Amino acid sequence: MGKHNISMTINGESVSAEVDSRLLLVHFIRENLSLTGTHIGCDTSNCGACTIMLDGKSVKSCTYLAVRADGAEITTIEGVAAEGTNSHLQQAFHDQHGLHCGFCTPGMIIRCMDLLKTNPNPTEKEIRWGISGNLCRCTGYNNIVKSVQQAATEMAKEKEASV
Amino acid sequence: MFKCKTSAEVGGMGHSVKRKEDARFLHGKGNYVDDTKLPGQLTMVMVRSPYAYAKIKSINKEKALAIPGVLAVITGYDLKEFNLHWMPTLLSDTQMVLPTDTVMHQSQEVCAVIATDRYVAVDGAEAVEVDYEPMQAIVDPFKALDADAPLLRPDKEGQEDNQIYHWERGDRAKTDDVIAKADVVVKERIYLPRIHVASIETCGCNASYDKDTQKLTVYLTTQAPHAIRTVVALVAGHVGLSEEKIRVIAPDIGGGFGGKVPVYPAYVVAIAATFLIGKPVKWIEDRSENLVNGFARDYHMDCELAATKEGKIQAFKVSTLADHGYTDSSANPSKYPTGMFSICTGSYDYEHAFAELDAVYTNKAPGGVAYRCSFRVTEAVHAIERMVDKLAAKIEKDPAQLRFENFIKKEQFPYESPLGWSYDSGDYKQTLEKAMDMIGYDDYKKEQAEKRAQGKLMGIGICTFTEVVGAGPSKDFDILGIAMFDSAEIRVHPTGKALARFGTKSQGQGHETTYAQILAEELGIPYSDIEIDEGDTDTAPYGLGTYASRSTPTAGAAAAMAARKLKDKGKKIAAHLLEVSEEDIEWEVGKYFVKGAPEKSKTIQDVAFAAYTNIPPGMEPGFEATHYYDPPNLTFPNGAYICVVEVEEETGAIDVKRFVAIDDCGNIINPMIVEGQVHGGLTQGIAPAMYEGIEYDDEGNVLNGTFMDYLVPTAVESPHWETGHTITPSPHHPLGAKGVAESPTVGAPPAIANAIIDALYPLGIKHLDIPITPAKVWEAIQEAKATS
Amino acid sequence: MIPANFNYHKATSLKEAIALSAELGEEAKYMSGGHSLLPMMKLRFATPEHIIDISRIDGLSYIKEDGDTLKIGALTTQTEMEHNSLLKENYPILGDAIWLTADPSVRNVGTIGGNIAHGDAANDQPALMLAMRATIVAEGPDGTKSIPIDEFFHGFYMTALEPSDILTEIQIPKAKKGSGGAYHKVERKVGDYATAGVAVHVELDDDGVCQEIGIGLTNVSAVPMRLERGEAVLRGQKVTDELIEQVGQIASEDCEPESDLRGSEAYKRSIVNTITKRMLNKALERARQ
Repeated sequence: MGKHNISMTINGESVSAEVDSRLLLVHFIRENLSLTGTHIGCDTSNCGACTIMLDGKSVKSCTYLAVRADGAEITTIEGVAAEGTNSHLQQAFHDQHGLHCGFCTPGMIIRCMDLLKTNPNPTEKEIRWGISGNLCRCTGYNNIVKSVQQAATEMAKEKEASV
Repeated sequence: MFKCKTSAEVGGMGHSVKRKEDARFLHGKGNYVDDTKLPGQLTMVMVRSPYAYAKIKSINKEKALAIPGVLAVITGYDLKEFNLHWMPTLLSDTQMVLPTDTVMHQSQEVCAVIATDRYVAVDGAEAVEVDYEPMQAIVDPFKALDADAPLLRPDKEGQEDNQIYHWERGDRAKTDDVIAKADVVVKERIYLPRIHVASIETCGCNASYDKDTQKLTVYLTTQAPHAIRTVVALVAGHVGLSEEKIRVIAPDIGGGFGGKVPVYPAYVVAIAATFLIGKPVKWIEDRSENLVNGFARDYHMDCELAATKEGKIQAFKVSTLADHGYTDSSANPSKYPTGMFSICTGSYDYEHAFAELDAVYTNKAPGGVAYRCSFRVTEAVHAIERMVDKLAAKIEKDPAQLRFENFIKKEQFPYESPLGWSYDSGDYKQTLEKAMDMIGYDDYKKEQAEKRAQGKLMGIGICTFTEVVGAGPSKDFDILGIAMFDSAEIRVHPTGKALARFGTKSQGQGHETTYAQILAEELGIPYSDIEIDEGDTDTAPYGLGTYASRSTPTAGAAAAMAARKLKDKGKKIAAHLLEVSEEDIEWEVGKYFVKGAPEKSKTIQDVAFAAYTNIPPGMEPGFEATHYYDPPNLTFPNGAYICVVEVEEETGAIDVKRFVAIDDCGNIINPMIVEGQVHGGLTQGIAPAMYEGIEYDDEGNVLNGTFMDYLVPTAVESPHWETGHTITPSPHHPLGAKGVAESPTVGAPPAIANAIIDALYPLGIKHLDIPITPAKVWEAIQEAKATS
Repeated sequence: MIPANFNYHKATSLKEAIALSAELGEEAKYMSGGHSLLPMMKLRFATPEHIIDISRIDGLSYIKEDGDTLKIGALTTQTEMEHNSLLKENYPILGDAIWLTADPSVRNVGTIGGNIAHGDAANDQPALMLAMRATIVAEGPDGTKSIPIDEFFHGFYMTALEPSDILTEIQIPKAKKGSGGAYHKVERKVGDYATAGVAVHVELDDDGVCQEIGIGLTNVSAVPMRLERGEAVLRGQKVTDELIEQVGQIASEDCEPESDLRGSEAYKRSIVNTITKRMLNKALERARQ
């Protein structure tokens, strides 16, 4: 029932495809584009494992149609930093042991990128509320909070240095 | 306190080195089962029963098969041809792979649709027409033993009712006698409801049979790849799947917690499907399938604790009704149908105890899963720790004081518990003192007195637990007969770097780092030079997997023992290189040197090179060693947790103000990783304490089978955990380590429950079952007011 | 997890969307944020044959004060509202609700129009709209309509919107001196639907007399409800603690909660009582600033 031509930019690259109306964006990313860093953890839009950056905002790609993403600019976890390097957040998650099994991590990092964009100096409470749409079963969240705090500090330093 | 023997560069025990495995996860390059895609990939989706108990009158595949892309619909009748429609469970019961006439729980697999892609498979599943005749389900386990209850398992020979087994441990008569004569007896029925591990990655497999090589490869979300391989060979051997031609690969696993130990029916169906079709078949469950098809806990425990009027514990009795769903597919060692439940006597020194249990069938999902509890230790600890607090309340003694007066003393270890465990080591007094100090217990007691005078509800809850992990010694512990040893295989290369493989499988515990650290400690090779690999049964040495906090106690020990074999061999090589006798060689991290002449030395790297290039006469070349470790005993991590809460009387709202966890897991490999495990376990502990519980209606329908209503804590519900540790090494473990990851899930729920119930003490409320929600608190307060 | 098949149509203008809807009939549903509709389609609780995506229609995303009215375009996302300084400053009740709705990523996509148009008493915004005496503006085959909020919610998931109508704008009386509002909901965990929620909007004159009062309740009735009887107690009065107690009691009596996984009927009635009193106090506090 209905095939649509869509094109979008994903991790800086132009992508075009023909997709079914009902194809979920998360499946388009994982199956059509083989970018399997974005994960699926639930079927009711609660867990956030599928979170990607779409037009500059964190979005749960399981609750978004691929056709609707026509014309969008998307960043997935694979595009967060150049190959073999770490963004401040990725480095912070490593330094502060903010991940165990890694399954929630891509969605969590993308969500934290959006969080720090809108609130570069969040309190602990703001961090916890800010990631309330991303479930983690392994870490107990303490170290994810510390990771965001470290990244916020590093990003602020970098901003100051560049001024 | 532990002092590191190695430098930070070598990174042995005690160093908080950053994790070696992080990079691929941070960059989205992990390889989880759903990420695998094989040539010719097919997808499988299960059709599931909407009813808890129903006859299947017919299954009509026609409409489904008419959908382009749907290749097959597999039913129980199709499997029956190969005698694969039933399979044995790990506890010698039987479980349906696919039914032929009756479904036994809501969401049970009824048939499988195989299609070219997932979307088509789901359409196919919707199009299968199943005609059910629903029957009245047994949902209440207490009713399962009624005289007029339907026989749920007529398929089992000799089964006359719905009881699975009766189990007991201890001296009933003596215990009853002591209780009858005691000054003080507290009694309570404590219920731990069903919960689910809900790892963020659900279960799944990608099974691929090659008709030419006759080899089956299964990518599987499993915590125990070798055990699965053997089980598949036993279950499906008669159709031609032979163990040397089965390869199970556990790639990256997104959390296990015990939920990825069972052999789920869909795995067997996928294997059967690929065997028949000759193309890879992938099955990944949805979350709503995941939450309804397994469970942990579900114990109704009638407890009695007897003491002198001063509070000296004299006896403990627990009679339990265990709801196993329609079959006992618990993942317990075979001689332990109730797991380690008999650790329920706790951290206290007394003589008499008796525990018994009746397990029954109901129309619910089968199990239970050993969810981050070793095996049933959460249930055991919850029982004793709630009862100890009840005792404290009854005799109006401070709960900390009561515990100090009853603790097993440091000098008493190894301690024979009333029900037969030999606790290895502990200093419970020191651990509780540290927790009290860290939280400021005395100040909170004062504050509580002040608040109570103002009519405010504030509670302090303690849990001092003894865990039992590291299954286990082969004479007692086996899974389906396979002894629960574990293994390590180390290969040191000519250039002095190493590759080590294990029979365990990390699902986030950090083995790629911690095992490297163990080897660094033993061999002095920097941890960054040691590659760790697990999970592929074609290459890894045989092991029983990772669950029940057993990896460090078993495989970690195996690593140390294999390393010591290498060290011994290395000593001979060093003697050969340095032209002295073996007795004149001494060892200091990473280096062999001549006694009295330390400038004459060879590094372990020199020795490794020589093992391939300059071999002593008569010696086997190479520098590799394997060890299969049969632990002499289990290990007994323990801890003291203290929780402070405030409860709002008007609404029942609960505010967790502080939570301090002091754990004693013996010697610590990586403090950062241990702390992370404690955080994670604590959040999985507050979850059942306040938020999670699988709910059923009278028809056996699950009422909260999605994340909308099965309430997994977010970062907002999860408190800011405060942690610390004490160290009493395990005397029998080569590294003195005990394992820790499950302690927090065991210790947190009683601490939180005790705190909330303590807060409600002025209102006369004496017990609440978890999950203790604001709604439950409010109802209890209304009831207390009405009856006061 | 996978929706049933459907035809997807992207509308680039209101006119196009409405025409398409009229043509395709009952089996066509509008989708703006999609974070209510798509989850239902994934569980196959909803299986529309056609989806008309209206999320890309220009000119429906704005927040502005125009004369005596605050106007918010229906496609404005909850996140846009959350960070808008005008709303933060003068209409904090909206932030109260948004902060408690779903989670940040869902709010990045979920729209204010979507939160109201379904007529779902479990959503947070309907209670606010009732309390603030909003007007709903919609565009349809019959042209533009302005629907007072009291005439908007008809029944369980039923509103005054005809099948082809599109909610385009929400109009709220502009904040003025002496006006204030507050919202809170009790939830089992963050992001949950309300166990019970209460929105209060109050306008005091210079003598502190309550000239206008609106109280809306979330998820304690089949249809989003106003606490008319409670409002009547306060209208024209100087608000005292006794009156607040009275209104709390009325709220617990007049709501129609059902016992469910969130709690018993009695518990919910009690929560409504407590939260009504608290929100009255908070709204008054803000009105007096």
